[in-house]
Amino acid sequence: MSGNEVSDPRIYGIKAKIRVVPDFPKKGIMFQDITTLLLDPKTFKDTIDLFVERYRDMNISVVAGIEARGFIFGSPIALAIGAKFVPLRKPKKLPGEVIFEEYELEYGSDRLEMHVEAVDPGDRALIVDDLIATGGTLCAAMSLLERVGAEVVECACVIELPELMGRERLGGKPLCVLIEYR
Amino acid sequence: MSGNKDEEDPRINGIKTKIRVVPDFPKKGIMFQDITTVLLDPKAFKDTIDLFVERYRDKNISVVAGIEARGFLFGPPIALAIGAKFVPLRKPKKLPGETIFEEYELEYGNDRLEMHVGAVEAADRALVVDDLIATGGTLCAAINLLERVGAEVVECACVIELPELKGRQRLKGKPLCMLVEYRCSF
Repeated sequence: MSGNEVSDPRIYGIKAKIRVVPDFPKKGIMFQDITTLLLDPKTFKDTIDLFVERYRDMNISVVAGIEARGFIFGSPIALAIGAKFVPLRKPKKLPGEVIFEEYELEYGSDRLEMHVEAVDPGDRALIVDDLIATGGTLCAAMSLLERVGAEVVECACVIELPELMGRERLGGKPLCVLIEYR
Repeated sequence: MSGNKDEEDPRINGIKTKIRVVPDFPKKGIMFQDITTVLLDPKAFKDTIDLFVERYRDKNISVVAGIEARGFLFGPPIALAIGAKFVPLRKPKKLPGETIFEEYELEYGNDRLEMHVGAVEAADRALVVDDLIATGGTLCAAINLLERVGAEVVECACVIELPELKGRQRLKGKPLCMLVEYRCSF
């Protein structure tokens, strides 16, 4: 499997289950809705299996999932490969001591937070989200993990929007996706 | 599993010890039940999921509805293991396309839970999953959404219950399965 678009017969079934919703959340955006994939148990299982097969022998010790759709894919992957799961969350959701990283939105900025002590130096991390667009959120996620001394092994997304060039914002870290949408 | 100590599975104690209680979050007086520390222990996290899967795998559950966002941590692995579809129940304006909503009360004001139209059908047998039940307001809204489209809510499943808040009584008679109780008074 290459670090780019995965080729496997299961991919066609997964691609067919993604619903594209025009003009959401605003005009001009073709929203990639993965909830329809979750409605098909076989397709959802195939999605998880494809990632698990790739990562199970890579000694990943932590899967970091980006709130909220990254939780849906990251949690089953972590369980299957025996890694701990760390949620990366919007501000003020995590109790106790956190660190944060800011990232840009189209208008303004937002923050991603992580629990201090959830990740140790030397942890080998996989970051999971449903989709990579501009790469801003994934870049913030990588920064959080690297700041505590973890090694980001790879980023994994179901969908990539390659025209937004998010891949180039990952500081050279590899990205594995199942589907590209152009 | 729902609180009868004589039958308590040995895995439950391991899960309970991993839950971190954070005082005064999100505000003073609240003892917040933090499950992220359970997720940091692969065995405890697996045991949590296994306990629910063992309970539900032969109950013909066709849909697991998970409540955003911590219900998304437990619901999808359960759904995958039992071969059910997963339906996210979300805060307003997150789900694209056509949705229905149910309002529920907060301490101050209201909030809404949304579900996609067409995700759940009248013949579906549903399990509702969240990390914790407090007052039961959110779970009640979830039950309402599922019943409005004609599904049968078989049970609600939570890792933690705060029994003093009596959420169990707000579930329209639906059974609740939980793994760990937290009482502020003893």
